[in-house]
Amino acid sequence: MSYFRAENLSLHFGGLKAVDAVSFAVEKGEILSIIGPNGAGKSSIFNLISRIYRPTSGRIFFEDRDITEQPPYDIARLGIARTFQNIELFENATVLSNLLVGRHRHSTTQLWQELLFLPSVRANEKVHRRRVEQVIEFLDLEPYRDKLISGLPYGVRKVIELARALCSEPKLILLDEPSSGLNVEETGDMSFWIRDMKNELGVTVLMVEHDMSLVNRVSDRVIALNYGRVLATGSPAEVQQHPDVVAAYLGA
Amino acid sequence: MRFLFKTDYEDDIRLFPHSGYVVSYGVLLALLLIAPYVLSSYLMSQLVFVCIYATVGVALLILTGFTGQASLGHAAFLAIGAYTAAYLQKYNVPFPVYFLAAGLLAGCIGALVGFPALRLTGIYLVIATISFALIVEEILARWESVTNGNEGMRVKTLSLLGVTVPRDSPTFYFLCLAVLVLTIVGTLNLLRSPTGRAFVAIRDSETAARSMGVNVALYKVKSFAISAAITGFAGVLFAHKLSFISPEMFTLQLSIEFIIVILIGGTFSLHGAVLGAIFIVMIDPFLTYLKDDMPGIIAGIVATFGAGTQGAANVQSKVAAFASLNGLKGAIYGIIIVLFVLFEPLGLYGRWLKIKLFFQLFPLYKRATFKRQKIYVKSERNR
Repeated sequence: MSYFRAENLSLHFGGLKAVDAVSFAVEKGEILSIIGPNGAGKSSIFNLISRIYRPTSGRIFFEDRDITEQPPYDIARLGIARTFQNIELFENATVLSNLLVGRHRHSTTQLWQELLFLPSVRANEKVHRRRVEQVIEFLDLEPYRDKLISGLPYGVRKVIELARALCSEPKLILLDEPSSGLNVEETGDMSFWIRDMKNELGVTVLMVEHDMSLVNRVSDRVIALNYGRVLATGSPAEVQQHPDVVAAYLGA
Repeated sequence: MRFLFKTDYEDDIRLFPHSGYVVSYGVLLALLLIAPYVLSSYLMSQLVFVCIYATVGVALLILTGFTGQASLGHAAFLAIGAYTAAYLQKYNVPFPVYFLAAGLLAGCIGALVGFPALRLTGIYLVIATISFALIVEEILARWESVTNGNEGMRVKTLSLLGVTVPRDSPTFYFLCLAVLVLTIVGTLNLLRSPTGRAFVAIRDSETAARSMGVNVALYKVKSFAISAAITGFAGVLFAHKLSFISPEMFTLQLSIEFIIVILIGGTFSLHGAVLGAIFIVMIDPFLTYLKDDMPGIIAGIVATFGAGTQGAANVQSKVAAFASLNGLKGAIYGIIIVLFVLFEPLGLYGRWLKIKLFFQLFPLYKRATFKRQKIYVKSERNR
């Protein structure tokens, strides 16, 4: 059985089939990229997995558990974290508190304990703080700890979003275009981090990406999508040679 | 300027980041403790109102400032607290019991208001909370067997552990101060723990909060309940301070005053609630002073510029007539809100921070430091 599996996943907006009977599987510890032209349904698949959209039909399984009907906040609790294409950070909070929100799924304290800030809460906070610091070190975010998000440049925000997802100690991470808006150097850093996430932290990565150089560098397997349907699956080289994929990008 | 060298994770958690805070807040507390023995009874009475308004301000900040859910219905929660106290008093329930009961009842009703509010945002939520406040006002006026209708209810003198505490005694002031301080400390505790961070997350991006595992609906309801409960506690003190309550005290006007408290104080920090409360409580005597003295002063000025006695008297009566116009106070409040939103959206506390930074950085201060940036448009699709 696969680690993560989508079966005949469909999302229809009226007559428009954004995602049309897509099936794929992610093995534990691999980096799987989803590529495809604009409007192919890549981000829609992510929004289906994180339950922002409800699938028209089809099922999603994670660790052999059907998560199709789970409420959205439970997805994170199961260990699936995600980033957003357009960056969804908490603008008017510091980097540190953004990252601490990533720890939310590990918080166990009750409201009344927090009102009194009992020693158990304090101890928990220190654990959260230590975990966050490990992620800060992993992604070289030390200079920004106490800065407000609203004052930071785009490239840094992109990394902070990745950091926030990592703070939840996910088993599976969904990266929605991790390199969009980044320059060549920052994209290079990103590719190293994605590899490190897999090798050092043991996180499984599912990624939507347009930048083929990044896809080639990090992916174990690639899925090509067009008009909500799977065109090809395989290694990066195989998929890029596939006639349907070439036709989709360049026109037949 | 002081640079903090953090050596422990505790440094990010503690309430007072360094000894300077302990000293300044210690001095403030000492001043507040000796206030009843120094200030006139009128100013003491105003100070009690500051404490009550600031408590409501903190409650509203939790909901509006930190969770991002606007409410124009907090007068209703205050009324629920006040009437619960007055009603239970009739059955000789002791103060601690009806104090807690008032907060609990207001909190439960706050949670109930929170549920329909889950589907509403922005201006629609404001309308919903206004209608809730109007409903409560109407119930208070009509449910005569409990609330005594429009005739209002007397509130007996507070009796705490067998000792009577008159509403103008230092003990009553200390009680209000204690409630305010406990509210602030509790709120600060909340803000440095997961619940508070979840509130802020919901304010800034519900989508992201949800995908980080925050149960948005649950936390919105929690925020409503906490805010309403604190307002209910304040309502008990409010009832005792006024010693008489009637439905027309808890109108939309009062809810707007609470919004002014946080808008003028600053919506991003608890300091704002206290500063805003001082402002709103002190502006009333100031306006009365203007109303009484302005006509005479203007007439004097007109006279010195060569107008005759007849002309000056004419001007004086016209200014006096203008000053006693109906609704002038509401108009002044409106103008104040508009001016603050336009020119100082960070409120009085934001202004204070700017002044402080100006002196810290003295020759190097840039006005652009506090300029709000709006560069990246967040996606509205995933709401």
